[in-house]
Amino acid sequence: MAAAAQGILTFLQTWWVELVCGIVIVAVVPLIAGYVVLVERKLMADMQARLGPMRVGPHGLLQPIADAFKLLIKEDIIPDDADKIIFWLAPIMSVSAAMVSMGALAFGPTFQVARDINVGILFVLGVSSLGLFGIVLGGWASNSHYSLLGALRSTAQLVSYETAAGLAIVSGLLLAGTLKIRAIVEAQQHFGVWFIFLAPVAFFIYLVASIAETNRAPFDLTEAESELVAGYMTEFSGFRWSLYFLAEYANMIVVGAVATTLFLGGWLRPFPNVRWMNWLDAVPALLVAAIGAYCVFRAGKQTVRIQSLFMWAVASSCFVVAALLAVPLVVAPLRFLMPGLHGAFWFLLKVGGYLYTFMWLRFTLPRYRFDQLMRLGWYFLIPLALVNVFSVGSAMMLELEFGWNRWVAVALTLIVTLGAALFLLATSDKRTAAANAASAASSDSYAG
Amino acid sequence: MLDSVLFYFFAGIAVICAAMMVTRRNPIHSAVFLITTLLATAGIFLQLRAEFLFGVQIILYVGGIMVLFIFVIMLVRLDAPLQELRFTFQRWVAAFVALALVLEVAVMFLLLRRLPGQGSLVLRAVPADRLPPNSEALAQSLFSSYLLPFEIASVLLLVAMVGAVVMAKKR
Repeated sequence: MAAAAQGILTFLQTWWVELVCGIVIVAVVPLIAGYVVLVERKLMADMQARLGPMRVGPHGLLQPIADAFKLLIKEDIIPDDADKIIFWLAPIMSVSAAMVSMGALAFGPTFQVARDINVGILFVLGVSSLGLFGIVLGGWASNSHYSLLGALRSTAQLVSYETAAGLAIVSGLLLAGTLKIRAIVEAQQHFGVWFIFLAPVAFFIYLVASIAETNRAPFDLTEAESELVAGYMTEFSGFRWSLYFLAEYANMIVVGAVATTLFLGGWLRPFPNVRWMNWLDAVPALLVAAIGAYCVFRAGKQTVRIQSLFMWAVASSCFVVAALLAVPLVVAPLRFLMPGLHGAFWFLLKVGGYLYTFMWLRFTLPRYRFDQLMRLGWYFLIPLALVNVFSVGSAMMLELEFGWNRWVAVALTLIVTLGAALFLLATSDKRTAAANAASAASSDSYAG
Repeated sequence: MLDSVLFYFFAGIAVICAAMMVTRRNPIHSAVFLITTLLATAGIFLQLRAEFLFGVQIILYVGGIMVLFIFVIMLVRLDAPLQELRFTFQRWVAAFVALALVLEVAVMFLLLRRLPGQGSLVLRAVPADRLPPNSEALAQSLFSSYLLPFEIASVLLLVAMVGAVVMAKKR
């Protein structure tokens, strides 16, 4: 007994940082996901010229909390003919896959939950792909046609687009020469340039494929409300439904973080090695302080006293964060805090930008049809990703083996890749016309 | 200490779930238990510090092959054929195979003394911090000493893929 207690104690002593970080992730990610939903609703409202949630808190700032509370106290319905155990298990599978894969991400040079495992990026990809089982099994266990169709669509969609995303990541990994998450970012610092500029096509492919992988519009066929009610989530309600929602937003954060690490320079600030750009170090503090000042301005305009007080509270917390970000700049002995704090700021800013692109595309583009989706994946993205792996490899070869200028090599291979893209587009147009003629003739289409 | 706890944890899950997978009647339940078995095996790989194998096991077997299994199970209604199936003949085949396996293991234990490796089936463990990073080591051996078998295996897979496409095209 004493030996077991001793064992547990040594275990805690070795791993307490990881345990605390894990608990923080589980506690904080739902909150962040809630606020990403709020931002999304606000953006949608802005693009559709309305106000969005305004009632709970000033400018709807407390809406996520109210929504979470509502979802928690809603009745939890399990259909009679459902497979109860799997129905119960499926949403948990989705959420836990998304959260576990967050463990290997590096938010800064020193802040990483798990130790820097040797296959970091493979771990993130593999574990986050397990979330699919939550969707598929949940759709099957509901014992409803809409759910099953949604689940089948999502399987086909994920299997197709994971290949393209994997090939896009391969071209990033070719440049980095390692699978370790931290080493990938350090390689970008060493190159002095983000990999998006060396492999722009790979970034584009990853962007499209990651939208499809997270089942977001315009690829949200798995939950297309005009065709399938709510797809795999049709029979889910209350807390279980919110777990699926949480998984979707956590997955968005994961793909955003992977793209940031691999293509957007992770926690590095823009131009990390250029000396005269050092004034960029002041940007984090100034940006947060500016948000705080705007909150002060809005606080004066609130009509209800309590709303105005809440706005003041938000403003003061912004000022506290700005002061925290400014401290390492001003106080010399605390300079060692700077990579961590500023790294986390830049990382989250880049992930935020990526998510903003997601939302922007969602409100701009209409939903794809299922056969269009499949054709885009198999006839365009996967061949293009293959060509791109080849051309990134040959660009590296030209630079390292033959001593070419890097930008000449990159431009040359980029032209080759874009030529291949044009060729694929031209042939796929022809194919689309043929397929449309065929489907018009037989007038039956395979919808799932 | 922690290593052996982890090993027995994952190994226990793998064995129990494998048994459950064979005994379930519902194919989806079997598939879920198979997924758990594969994940537990991946955990054993990680406990052995074979992190590349761990990643590949999860991405290929769990994230790729099992997804296709479930897809096919859901697409093809298995309820009707399962009603007709009577596992009488298969039972004898399975018993024979199991017996052969037990015999093989028994012979292996009998011949243990003559095998290389100090009379033990298990190689001595290398301390984890002295292991080389094994994705690099794997790539080195795949692309230098085993280049020809590797390429032949990929050509074989390509042939299988082309064959599948040809079969699918012929309606």
